Amino acid sequence: MRKRIFALVVALSALISSTCVFSATQSKVITVREGASIQAAVKLANPGDTIEVYPGLYKETVYIDKNDITIRGVVVAGEWPVMDGEDTLNDGILVAGHGVTVDRFFIRRFKGNGIMTQGANNYKIINNIVEGDSVYGIFPQFSNNGLVADNVIWNVHDAAIYLGMCENADVVRNDTFGSVMGIEIENSKNILVENNTAHDNSSGIQVTLLQGLPVKTASNTIVRRNFISNNNVPNFAPRGSAAAGTPAGTGIVIFAADDTVVEGNIITGNDSAAIVMVDHDSSPNVRDPEMDPTPDNAKIYDNVYWNNGTKPLGAAKDVLEQAGLKEGFEVMLVTKSKGSCIANPSSVRVFGADQFTACPDGATSAGITTMQLSEPIAENLEQTEYNGRFAYKAICAGCHIYEGRMVGPPMRVIQALYMDRPEAMAQWIANPTHKRDDYPEMPPQNYLSEEDRLAIANYILNDLGKSRQLRQSRE
Amino acid sequence: MTLAFTLSDRCPPSFMIDENGKCQLVSLYQRYSAPEGFGGLRKPLPEARDGFSPQEIDLGRYLFFDPLLGGDKKTSCAHCHHPDYGYADGRGTAMGFGGSGVGAKRRDGAELERGAPTLWNVAFLRRLFWDWRATSLEEQAQGPLFAAAEMGNTPAQLEADINANGTYRRLFTQAYGLAHDEKIGTALIIQALVAFEASLVSLNSRYDHYAHGDHNALSEQEQIGHNIFRSFVTRCSQCHTPPLFTNVELAVIGAPEPPGKNFDLGADPIFPDMKLRGAFKVPTLRNISRTAPYMHSGSLERLQDVVEFYNDKRGHAAPEEQNLIIHWHITNPNLRKEEETALIAFLNSLEDETAAPVVPNAVPSGLGVVSVEADAGLKN
Repeated sequence: MRKRIFALVVALSALISSTCVFSATQSKVITVREGASIQAAVKLANPGDTIEVYPGLYKETVYIDKNDITIRGVVVAGEWPVMDGEDTLNDGILVAGHGVTVDRFFIRRFKGNGIMTQGANNYKIINNIVEGDSVYGIFPQFSNNGLVADNVIWNVHDAAIYLGMCENADVVRNDTFGSVMGIEIENSKNILVENNTAHDNSSGIQVTLLQGLPVKTASNTIVRRNFISNNNVPNFAPRGSAAAGTPAGTGIVIFAADDTVVEGNIITGNDSAAIVMVDHDSSPNVRDPEMDPTPDNAKIYDNVYWNNGTKPLGAAKDVLEQAGLKEGFEVMLVTKSKGSCIANPSSVRVFGADQFTACPDGATSAGITTMQLSEPIAENLEQTEYNGRFAYKAICAGCHIYEGRMVGPPMRVIQALYMDRPEAMAQWIANPTHKRDDYPEMPPQNYLSEEDRLAIANYILNDLGKSRQLRQSRE
Repeated sequence: MTLAFTLSDRCPPSFMIDENGKCQLVSLYQRYSAPEGFGGLRKPLPEARDGFSPQEIDLGRYLFFDPLLGGDKKTSCAHCHHPDYGYADGRGTAMGFGGSGVGAKRRDGAELERGAPTLWNVAFLRRLFWDWRATSLEEQAQGPLFAAAEMGNTPAQLEADINANGTYRRLFTQAYGLAHDEKIGTALIIQALVAFEASLVSLNSRYDHYAHGDHNALSEQEQIGHNIFRSFVTRCSQCHTPPLFTNVELAVIGAPEPPGKNFDLGADPIFPDMKLRGAFKVPTLRNISRTAPYMHSGSLERLQDVVEFYNDKRGHAAPEEQNLIIHWHITNPNLRKEEETALIAFLNSLEDETAAPVVPNAVPSGLGVVSVEADAGLKN
């Protein structure tokens, strides 16, 4: 019987709270105009809200740690909202909330990154203009299921667009130039890089498995229908940085990453080579014992190559000279590779050709049109039936035991105090007041949702200590 | 008083007992869905060592604090992993065999080359020691137990002492169901120690409250410090990656040695084919406010010194003749003074010792338990 009442209470409270949620979180639009702070608007925003930023100069770092926020620039008669770091502020926009959209900002002169996400799923970074001098222009990291589209980025000391340890993203229709690298996909999985331009960088597009990082594989990136031209700028990355070792004059570089598809790109005027495949031995960094150091299973389908490898530079030149060669190649495989193929091999000038097989006629990645997931990633796993017990053990049990004194008072006493009043307890733990002179004040637990707090309260009032009492009554 | 020592049948804070009577870790981070492991605010944790019984965790607690485990019958695990010092030792380099006292006042013991690392959250580490030489907590525990300069014991002596102690025989029997004439082996002793060490979980700091959604849990200054911490200007979070505040990798940062101490090759002798000269394990920053001094041999006294080390010119403290390949994330952040201060404020917000275990008043050997000055845990 008690169980049934408990279930009823939970069901009722769920009903009440979901009604409240509906009215309380009607999404709103918060407007920011020049002179006001964008971050102040973020602080006011709740999940579902949109922040509209009007043209003007904004000198601040904006950080979004809440979920489901859209921050959008409003362009008026060609005037953009400009975020200017003046080479003294660290980062433009930092995102660690899930489901955040960053749309239509002109971001310039930040020391760190223009736009960075960290552990933010379901992200969209669209229609932005990023002018260095940052390390990366747009940098999703540890973030799954995202879109980086229609951005223009230049003058960046590493990669204009960099995906680090991400899964399931589309990087499409971006214009990247004047940087050390146009686009780099690092230690990531299931990424589509399509319809971008990468021109006049030191290197165009790179798919890499970098050593010493906690994600130990890189696989399944498609580099398709991009325009990759004239990436011959001398490498200007700071000495000792990860990008400093990147070879100039290269269109596409595959560094130890597996299962990369290169298809339908127009690759022109890259002095060292159109496509280079290398392994961990080519890098000054440590070998990582938990990584496979070679790029395997690359599929180089049909691409248009023109005027590549005419003046090999740096490392490419060294490799060719060691082999007694002066002329460059369109494709250079400077490593061992298992399972890699190239379409129409007789039409392409390949260094290391004996390691490629011919791809099957007509093979293509055309069937894959997106790498984004069909549904957003949910923040939480499905709630378990012992949710209240779980949360009690994870949080409350640090300071309370059933009988006896710890940091806080014994729960047996609290149980008696709140008997049959779980809502009151749930409310109190969000905003505790100092009640007992002989105990410290309890810190607020308002990071927990109302449902969680009520579940904890129900667990404390209905279940905590019951098995102990039962045991004692038997004895 | 015949049963002065009993083993708890309850899991420590942060653990929940399962249907098999084993303690499973519980943390709000476990409710978050993919991607697993590293980076950002609301991410699931990597796999932890858990699934020990309440009894063996509690038995491990007695062993951990018992000087019977030291070959000198003076040095317990807790002498170098002490509750008052965030389960590190409060010293630059550790002092082992034959020593007396704890922290800076410890004296007359064998001098070691490196500092004792914190044990908070070791349950999540797949590599142990500053140079990564152990791949499990079990393997790690054998290091200090049987190193002459540390606890200086031998497996034979350890087993003889434990088996000769009636209380331990009773407690091991309770925890592991020993047969009447079954000897307690080294492996079982270490298993109990590991069970205890793996129970030292710190995931409930003010930072964690902020991560879970209380946007007021950090002050303005701490939030600014958080942004500096995760910025690509400093790149702190690239190696000290949340939620563990370590990526559990090696890194060459060129930290200085204390005056008069020779250059430490770090992981290079362990992985001789790798370019790891001077590489050390990236330590967690959880409870970093409790574990001064800092770096592998304690050359930096305060967090301020650490921040200045990273904020000065890239690789400036590395001895030039060693030709170290400094990690690419070591840069020139050029932080302003107030940014350094905000960063330190953020680091202090990572403090959480709410799940600290109870320090026993007495241990089965009857030897003296290491003194505890602060109220780091509850006495029982």
